[in-house]
Amino acid sequence: MARMGLVWSSLMGALSLCLVAVTTLPAVAQQQPSSVNPMAQSVKEQELLKELQRIQGRSSLPDARTRVLEQPGRDWRHFHQVTLRWIGAIVILGMLAVLMLFYLIRGMVRIEGGRSGRTLVRFNAFERFVHWMTATCFIVLALTGLNVTFGKELLTPLIGPEAFAAWAQWAKYAHNYLSFPFTIGVVLMFLLWIAWNFPTGTDMRWLKEGGGIVGKAHPPARRFNAGQKMIYWVVVLGGGAAAITGYLLMFPFYATDVAGMQTAQMVHGIVGMLFIAIMLAHIYIGTIGMQGAFEGMGKGEVDVNWARQHHSLWLENETRKGRVSGGTVAPAE
Amino acid sequence: MARMKFLCDADRCIECNACVTACKNEHDVPWGINRRRVVTINDGKPGERSVSMACMHCTDAPCAAVCPVNCFYTTADGVVLHSKDLCIGCGYCFYACPFGAPQYPKVGNFGSRGKMDKCTYCAGGPEADLTTAEYGSRENGQFTGYGSNRLAEGKLPLCAEMCSTKSLLAGDGEIIAQIYKERVVRRGYTSGAWGWQTAYRETIAS
Repeated sequence: MARMGLVWSSLMGALSLCLVAVTTLPAVAQQQPSSVNPMAQSVKEQELLKELQRIQGRSSLPDARTRVLEQPGRDWRHFHQVTLRWIGAIVILGMLAVLMLFYLIRGMVRIEGGRSGRTLVRFNAFERFVHWMTATCFIVLALTGLNVTFGKELLTPLIGPEAFAAWAQWAKYAHNYLSFPFTIGVVLMFLLWIAWNFPTGTDMRWLKEGGGIVGKAHPPARRFNAGQKMIYWVVVLGGGAAAITGYLLMFPFYATDVAGMQTAQMVHGIVGMLFIAIMLAHIYIGTIGMQGAFEGMGKGEVDVNWARQHHSLWLENETRKGRVSGGTVAPAE
Repeated sequence: MARMKFLCDADRCIECNACVTACKNEHDVPWGINRRRVVTINDGKPGERSVSMACMHCTDAPCAAVCPVNCFYTTADGVVLHSKDLCIGCGYCFYACPFGAPQYPKVGNFGSRGKMDKCTYCAGGPEADLTTAEYGSRENGQFTGYGSNRLAEGKLPLCAEMCSTKSLLAGDGEIIAQIYKERVVRRGYTSGAWGWQTAYRETIAS
């Protein structure tokens, strides 16, 4: 019924337009649209948006953001709802799967010759404090960050929308406030350990021999091996990127417009997902992946045999400086 | 069931801002929040057009899609509303909205922007219709409610009712599209039903 009415009115419209066109042709004052159907010539919204990226004009309101008429929000929506979730799921679940497989195949790397009972200091109290402060903040930041991307799908069926919204509210506060100690921790770690984290020739050899974790070689290493140096730079650079984009998000429109905010959110999301995946590997190797590793950051002291096996050059250095109890570098009996 | 939409006839809009003022007054919208605004393209040049823009109440609303706490809902009339109780003020709906409809009362303060506020099609919020809880009040500088609910009284949004040239049309999508087409045919030209392709995935010619 409405269709008929439409057809009829379109016909009448076309007819009356012809009439208008015919009667106004002699008056050549303005340009007339040449097409009979005026609707077809109407502004092609999608093309205009694609060409200008953002359609804006002038507004009488004092807020500058009201000048924008239309902006490409759909691209960001697709990124956040689809792309970022795929990236996150693949890297994080993939890393978990790889670590599980690796543990099943390789198992925990044992200390060769067993513990000697003699220890030396690996990390002092301040270093340990900085590490654990940053690490705890990271765990909370990671979980609350993942909640923003995945939370509503996973948790709402379990706890309902009101409880989830309350949790999400506090998760957001936690994420925003803990960003400060996290950033301070990253900066301190950068300063504390920069001296030992420049790539050297020893690292190339260490990498070529699989770091000892793939294969049976025992490549020497200084205080930090190549794997640890990579983690260091991931934390410093990734943490820095996450912090900068995070603060842009936290102080919206102070430094950017809405396009900048979208970009900041995309970078923050991708860096976050990759960061989590890589830290899972770091946590693995520091806990169940390697015997004798955790105590380095836990108590601060490591077993001499562990040091000889994994950081032989560092052990020599420390012994020479007289920091190893028992004195000699001879293998334990 | 009627599917409510907005249509701003850019060829009739004279940028009088009556719609902006009406909305602001009717819902007691606080400082800094502009639920409706008039944007002028090509100001002062040939082809100058003004468009009144607020929330378009999109089909498949992008704001609803990206909200981390799912505080949006679409009524049976197609009106997109949200709950200020669930909103955590993260700002994502603003990034996703092509029209910049969501507004926030605070800026910064560690990313807490306060509860999002936007055009409600004069249809209030999740609270019971036509109560003071739904209308809201100022508490600690926060605007707690959604404004008046005209739809529950059987009236159309005030911005369209107050439009001085009847360029801003609000109501059932089919009816306002029809009105617009009749106008277009009568005058012989059009700059298009602004926002309809993005919001409702349809052009006025279809």
